[in-house]
Amino acid sequence: MANSGLLGSSIAKKYWMSLTGLFLISFLIVHLLGNLQLLDLSAEGQEQFNIYAKFMTSFPLIKITSYFLYASIVFHAVDGIYLAIQNRKARPERYASYKPNRNSIWASRNMGLLGTIILAFIILHMSQFWYTMHWGEIGMDANGNKDLAAVVIKTYQDGTAGLIMALLYVIAMAAVAFHLYHGFQSAFQTLGINHNRYTPLIKKVGAAFSIIVPLAYAIIPVFVLMAKN
Amino acid sequence: MDLKLKIWRQANTDSKGSLKDYQVKNVSADSSFLEMMDQLNEELIDKGDDPVAFDHDCREGICGMCSMHINGEPHGPESGTTTCQLHMRKFKDGDTIYVEPFRAKAFPVLKDLAVDRAALDRVIQAGGFVSVNTSGNTIDANAIPVPKADADAAFNAATCIGCGGCVAACPNASAMLFVSAKVSQLSLLPQGKVEAKERVTSMVNQMDLEGFGNCSNVGACAEECPVGISLENIARMNREYLSASLTSSK
Repeated sequence: MANSGLLGSSIAKKYWMSLTGLFLISFLIVHLLGNLQLLDLSAEGQEQFNIYAKFMTSFPLIKITSYFLYASIVFHAVDGIYLAIQNRKARPERYASYKPNRNSIWASRNMGLLGTIILAFIILHMSQFWYTMHWGEIGMDANGNKDLAAVVIKTYQDGTAGLIMALLYVIAMAAVAFHLYHGFQSAFQTLGINHNRYTPLIKKVGAAFSIIVPLAYAIIPVFVLMAKN
Repeated sequence: MDLKLKIWRQANTDSKGSLKDYQVKNVSADSSFLEMMDQLNEELIDKGDDPVAFDHDCREGICGMCSMHINGEPHGPESGTTTCQLHMRKFKDGDTIYVEPFRAKAFPVLKDLAVDRAALDRVIQAGGFVSVNTSGNTIDANAIPVPKADADAAFNAATCIGCGGCVAACPNASAMLFVSAKVSQLSLLPQGKVEAKERVTSMVNQMDLEGFGNCSNVGACAEECPVGISLENIARMNREYLSASLTSSK
């Protein structure tokens, strides 16, 4: 049974993927700018980061936005899984000879796989930092703020475990890069934005974004790991 | 040239099919892919075997009837070409060629390589028309001004021959390129604009009912389209569907 309107139809499901996806892209920028503070691991730098972490978990407007963000992640994932299942069902018998690389890029056909990797990473990442910040065992810094900087440093400097965590982080960022490479420009096409003048620009910005942003993220755990003395 | 063929054989919709090996010898490089298939079928008939069923009609690239997924691509390796216009000079002596039907839940196999593409007809029936009164008082089409750019875009969309190659190429078996071309060819013109909202809603609804997959902007459809229908049509349909959903009276 098909549904029309803005809830159940195939196109509507894509609108929601697109809108939540674009919102998550905007989050990536804010989250990156905040967490680049971790590139300063001096005592003052760490205290400053803890002040920032406190602000991000207590300022009402940001709290409201964060609930909206969690909802978007869940919605994007659930809608994506639902779409992927429907798409699989739409071709019950596979081709014996299939050469998709001749007509499309790998990332575009594997958004579900890439998304699953990213979701697994988000769960790991939130359990390591978000959960610890809110309800976990966490020390206090000199200012009496929760010492999230110390948690980050411990996570990525903790011997072999730290190395594995940094490695998982980098792998996840590679998945984010491929996911964004297709997803960024795809979001605009889904919303009907396709124009001779602007679409090439959107594609270029998307490609640059998909490389620069995940790379900048990946630098953080590698930097923290390397800063171990 | 001599060729090895791996052809999908399936007795009917409900039976289970499989790839069978065949050989054709002395194929002319100038023959079309369908003529090569004819040559094989004549040999099969001479031997008393069941010939391979495949769709074909005009054999000049304009009817959209020929299908076949050849060596991993709908209508074969040459771009911008239907299977009837694909020539054997594109293959080499001794090649092994996979020949499979277009695969989609919405395109059940009738027999061998022939699939039922009536789902596309039902999408058209749902709204791919203009309700013009043709009972004698029709207005001359030339009396209605149409901007050149719109006329060109509508014409380009209307070149879609409805072969279903887009569905066959799409990893999700989505029919968005076909439906969007058929929506665009009408909605871009004044005669079609009147019913644009109802049209896009009904056609998308029927497309979903038929069990086609969802568009994930992979773009394989446009790459494989024998007549070069562009992804701009899908964007246009996305726009129209959004606007229709928000503003239609229903």
